[in-house]
Amino acid sequence: MARAFLALEDGTVFEGESFGAPGEISGEVVFNTSMTGYQEILTDPSYRGQIVAMTYPLIGNYGVNDEDVESAQPQVEGFVVRALSPIASNWRHRRTLDEWLTQHKTVAIQGIDTRALTSLLRQQGALRGVLSTLDGDRKRLVEKARSSPGLVGRDLVKEVTCAKPFAWGEAPAADKPLHVAAVDCGMKAHIPRMLTLAGCRVTVVPASMAADQLLALKPDGLFLSNGPGDPEGLPYLIQTVRACLGKLPIFGICLGHQILGLALGGKTYKLKFGHHGANHPVMEIETGKIEITAQNHGFAVDPRSIGDEVEVTHLNLNDKTCEGMRHKKWPIFSVQYHPEASPGPHDAHHHFKRFIHLMKRGETT
Amino acid sequence: MPRRNDLHKILIIGSGPIIISQACEFDYSGTQACKALREEGYQVILVNSNPATIMTDPEFSDRTYIEPVTPEAVEKIIARERPDALLPTLGGQTGLNVAITLAQSGVLERYGVEMIGADAQAIRKAEDRQLFKETMQAAGLDLPISGVARNLTEARAAAERIGFPVVIRPAFTLGGTGGGIAYNSEEFDRIAQAGLSLSLASEVLIEESVAGWKEFELEVMRDKKDNVVVVCSIENLDPMGIHTGDSITVAPVQTLTDREYQAMRDDAITVIRAIGVETGGSNIQFAVHPQTGRRVVIEMNPRVSRSSALASKATGFPIAKIAAKLAVGYTLDELPNDITRETPACFEPTLDYCVVKIPRFAFEKFPAADPTLTVQMKSVGEVMAIGRTFPEALQKGLRSLEIGRFGLGADGKDKPVSEAELKGKLRTPCAERIFALRQAVQAGLSDEAIHELTKIDPWFLRGIRQIVELEEELKKNPPGPERIWKAKQFGFSDRQLAFLWGKEEGQIRSLRMKHGIRPRFYMVDTCAAEFEARTPYYYSTYEKPPHLASPPQGGEGKGEGAKKIMIIGGGPNRIGQGIEFDYCCVHAVFALKEAGFTTVMVNSNPETVSTDYDTADRLYFEPLTLEDILNIVEEERPWGVIIQLGGQTPLNLALRLEKAGVPILGTSPEAIDLAEDRKRFSDLVERLGLRQPPNGTAVTPDEALQIARRLTFPVLVRPSYVLGGRAMEIVYDEKDLLDYMATAVEASPERPVLVDKFLEDAIEVDVDLVADGRRAVIGGILEHVEEAGVHSGDAAMVLPPHTLEPAMINEIRQVSLRLAKELKVTGLMNVQLAVKGKELYILEVNPRASRTVPFVSKAIGVALAKLAARAMAGETLEALGFTEEIRPPFMAVKESVFPFARFLGVDIILGPEMRSTGEVMGIDLQFGPAYAKSQIAAYQRLPLGGRVFVSVKDADKPWVAEIARRLAAMGFSIVSTSGTAEVLKASGLAVEEVKKIHEGRPNVLDLVLDLKVDLIINTPAGKATKADETKIRSLAVARGIPCVTTIPGALALTTGIASLLKEGIRICSLQEWHETIGVAG
Repeated sequence: MARAFLALEDGTVFEGESFGAPGEISGEVVFNTSMTGYQEILTDPSYRGQIVAMTYPLIGNYGVNDEDVESAQPQVEGFVVRALSPIASNWRHRRTLDEWLTQHKTVAIQGIDTRALTSLLRQQGALRGVLSTLDGDRKRLVEKARSSPGLVGRDLVKEVTCAKPFAWGEAPAADKPLHVAAVDCGMKAHIPRMLTLAGCRVTVVPASMAADQLLALKPDGLFLSNGPGDPEGLPYLIQTVRACLGKLPIFGICLGHQILGLALGGKTYKLKFGHHGANHPVMEIETGKIEITAQNHGFAVDPRSIGDEVEVTHLNLNDKTCEGMRHKKWPIFSVQYHPEASPGPHDAHHHFKRFIHLMKRGETT
Repeated sequence: MPRRNDLHKILIIGSGPIIISQACEFDYSGTQACKALREEGYQVILVNSNPATIMTDPEFSDRTYIEPVTPEAVEKIIARERPDALLPTLGGQTGLNVAITLAQSGVLERYGVEMIGADAQAIRKAEDRQLFKETMQAAGLDLPISGVARNLTEARAAAERIGFPVVIRPAFTLGGTGGGIAYNSEEFDRIAQAGLSLSLASEVLIEESVAGWKEFELEVMRDKKDNVVVVCSIENLDPMGIHTGDSITVAPVQTLTDREYQAMRDDAITVIRAIGVETGGSNIQFAVHPQTGRRVVIEMNPRVSRSSALASKATGFPIAKIAAKLAVGYTLDELPNDITRETPACFEPTLDYCVVKIPRFAFEKFPAADPTLTVQMKSVGEVMAIGRTFPEALQKGLRSLEIGRFGLGADGKDKPVSEAELKGKLRTPCAERIFALRQAVQAGLSDEAIHELTKIDPWFLRGIRQIVELEEELKKNPPGPERIWKAKQFGFSDRQLAFLWGKEEGQIRSLRMKHGIRPRFYMVDTCAAEFEARTPYYYSTYEKPPHLASPPQGGEGKGEGAKKIMIIGGGPNRIGQGIEFDYCCVHAVFALKEAGFTTVMVNSNPETVSTDYDTADRLYFEPLTLEDILNIVEEERPWGVIIQLGGQTPLNLALRLEKAGVPILGTSPEAIDLAEDRKRFSDLVERLGLRQPPNGTAVTPDEALQIARRLTFPVLVRPSYVLGGRAMEIVYDEKDLLDYMATAVEASPERPVLVDKFLEDAIEVDVDLVADGRRAVIGGILEHVEEAGVHSGDAAMVLPPHTLEPAMINEIRQVSLRLAKELKVTGLMNVQLAVKGKELYILEVNPRASRTVPFVSKAIGVALAKLAARAMAGETLEALGFTEEIRPPFMAVKESVFPFARFLGVDIILGPEMRSTGEVMGIDLQFGPAYAKSQIAAYQRLPLGGRVFVSVKDADKPWVAEIARRLAAMGFSIVSTSGTAEVLKASGLAVEEVKKIHEGRPNVLDLVLDLKVDLIINTPAGKATKADETKIRSLAVARGIPCVTTIPGALALTTGIASLLKEGIRICSLQEWHETIGVAG
């Protein structure tokens, strides 16, 4: 196998073997602690701009199938694993991970010490990096990492949002479905699937759609999706959402939650190395109930920055960051984590029902 | 929700003696529970008959009852202690069964005892097959098609409906005792019958066979607020059809997508809620069809289990401790994750390594047993290994097994086999199948072909193929740094590399050092390095460091400056080496910590207290080989290393470790060699003017014969350098001796056969003592109940001696102390002696902790291993305050527990080869009641009346009348075969005569078969009638009839029965017994 290098802006260079496609890419290096679900992670548009390293060392074991995709192709900039499985073993698999990444021209590296990489990212925070199978000059690669753009202030949503509105294909599981306009910031496919299952008719709209156009769709509710990058890099979307406040029931997930926070007058900030995994405990403050949640975000809403009308409803038990909020007057709520999971535990599926309830009754609990 | 304040006193039921399917893991969980509850200020009352456990150390509970774990005994304890609550979920199946019985009989209600953790209803739902099935179906879960039967007719009907093959599972038994797969009606009848009689509820489940399906387990925890987390997922390498305790298993799950895994997680949560385990841990097993993905629930253990101990070690999440805290009202979010300290216990650990668990079998001890692996558990222990990849972890695990292998082959030890033989091995699972997989790859079988034969998932087969292919590559190419790196990353040991490259192990090590190829020590931190971890729990792996801009980081296991002592553990449980040695290691850790040392523990056994990250300051979960230990020594640079507490495993490394410059604490390796080396030891004995049984050393059959003629038969023969009496036999004539030389051993000049004069009718004695290099103090003198010739690990023992004369006891004392002085023992020493008439013989000296150290420590109220550790660290016994032998004013009896019920067909007579798995203790003022308690605790049913079958060999006939007389006086009727009957009649006893097996029918077998006798006393008469006798004894085991095979055993038993008839059993806590020592002393 060909050599491959992962160079970081702090000067560290890992040498491993190439898999997937040859090439050279740059991005912010983050680690994900999920032990399963690499296919969903790879296809999650929120990873745009990022090189994802899996902390679980054995990846590719069950190959790639046709169903477990969150978008049409891999979205990560690059992929880092300790040991790529030489075969795929699962009754649903169609091809190996290597074949699939090669086909989609995704650059990947295996055989590096991903625990050393994770420790480094934990200590230093997310770092910019370059993954290359083309250049073997370590110094030059580090320079390239240092001059790569990073995530702060960048609008990556425009790269992954849909070009024009469309109706989500699956049939709603209800006789009189509620109509949801879902703003696609790089929405994972499992979200409209869950909404449909909960009894909604979903119209997916581009993130750039203006508020009046959105309201003209006369939806029963507005959904704000997950997506990549810095929410502050999306002033247009913040404005759109601000214009809809109080006029529609709104539910936001992940980036959607952060956009809501900003639209409500709050602030967001970058976490040191973010939350990327499937084992984060989140407590619903009112009941004390705990959900094990799937998470994937590098930014967070600062709860102190939001006014009195908004109440924090969910807390991350690991670092006490804000995981959910609700407006006291308007029918608005959001969560920082991923109730659709995929990958991850299904503990938080009920938020979709909560949204239905909100649209029907105008209540946020 | 904070702790419950309405509870004050909590009763914990332990799991009793170590048996197959119930080993140290319940000491680990029980110890955690005791600690957790006392930390919360509750009074803890503990009952457990097993003295070799840490949990029964008096400081772990307020009242410790070393009493039988039976409903009767526990009821007495409840009546005396009046606890507010009973925690039934930490004592394995035994604890659970006793709790259920007490609930059903109304005892708990009568005394107002609340069952916490899981209530009787939940336990019944999980354990009762029919109720379980109904509950699962109601919850919408899929199960194998099945039917419940309470008799053979019902069972046959169910099997017909489902179609063969079918699985038979008895309800309410341990580790699947009596279960099996039947492929035809003949097999079916046999297994179903056995299952019905073994089931506590006489109930079996007949089930659609899912053999060959993928097998998974999830470890789930739930709290009062209904928060549920999955602590660990496990995938079995060996598919369905092999008991999970006998399977190689891997954590986490490897071959399921997230979608499939999460669906299984959802099911697991549904199961724990439906069963209604209110708080605590449960183990839930699933089978998944490899082609369709159909997922069925197999079973649920509503308690802490062997798998949860494994899951705790594999993830760093202390399931038992958390379960105890949840049982008293806490919720998961209120408890911290000890490893990170910052984050809560309410989360799901994520692993960044691969864990492999491999079972350890002991079929060599039971040659007549069927070694095929089935749904009934047969392994006696297990090892766990951690690596960054599956091949690395697998090879580390294999070299942890202590079976003389250093990984997956590459050691020249696999004998060539024909393809047919190989295919047979692959098709019929056995202990060595993993090695057959390697041979299959070498023989050119494809993964598809191997999968077809074994049903092992192709992913695992590919991992094995990677190892084998690398082995080929290594063999063909010279050593070089890149190649060594790769080999180490695939888990190859230096020993394997040395074999492949025709070098010495040490040369490979030097080569590695030269190229800087050293392991890194990574942490088991529950979080894949996402958070900083505080608990130093490590495994080794080979990772190439990245190129760094700043100075290189070390591994994560870097040592610190304090005075540091490393303790080498005992490895996997096997017959001959088990929990007793772990107990000693744990005591050393406790004592040295108390003395201000930093302790470093190394072990490979996930069941143990020693591998709890809470025990030592630093824990290394590693194989106990020279290479692995040297690596850790290099990392930690300890001030000293203790090797005499972990049994023979670390002791065997003594000389080589010392040669490598490792500072060994305690008795010098030189002195150890002096005691272990036969020739040198004989010289020592002679020099001291002591006596040994006459003996000789033989390499050829002829030499053996000549020695035997000189010594006169019977002689005791054994290979040199063995453990637990492996292949040790007493031979009575020349033919037997030649047979032994021809078949039992491969003698060689390096490994000669030792021939000893066997001392007939001698009394054997064990002495445990502790010494500081100058002063030695006797810990205990134990007299064996059975005559010499029964392995000391199998014999019942009494402390203090109950038949020996004071003068003889004194001589034993003096001889033992003299030997300790001569060997300059620092630490523990065990002496085995035999008393024949007025003569005292020395059988052997073990300059290490012995199996009886925990028993003696419990009896005398002094922790010998703690003193030994402090002495090894340089303190004197005087400074430690132990200068006088303690002679307790009561009798303590140790009895052994055997796995014969699992190996039906194996003869149960006791001999020089050890075969017991565990032990119990009975304490009372007199021998009779103490012995009776030990028998009850060992689950030997003591009949208080009825019919006794007595048949003894000629040599025993002088004694038999006395035994029969005692029994008759207690109201028993006697039945005998002709020879014994004659003797009894001559003594004026009424006796009913029964035919021997070859004399026609009805004969003695029919009596046993129809349960028409309540007790069997049968001493082996030798070759001629051996086959007949074996049948009787083995049938007795199957029918649950107590069977005594020695005259001293029978005498002791009559004394025990007499005391039971007179006064039943009395209970008393260990703390109270110890107070009487103070008063007497």
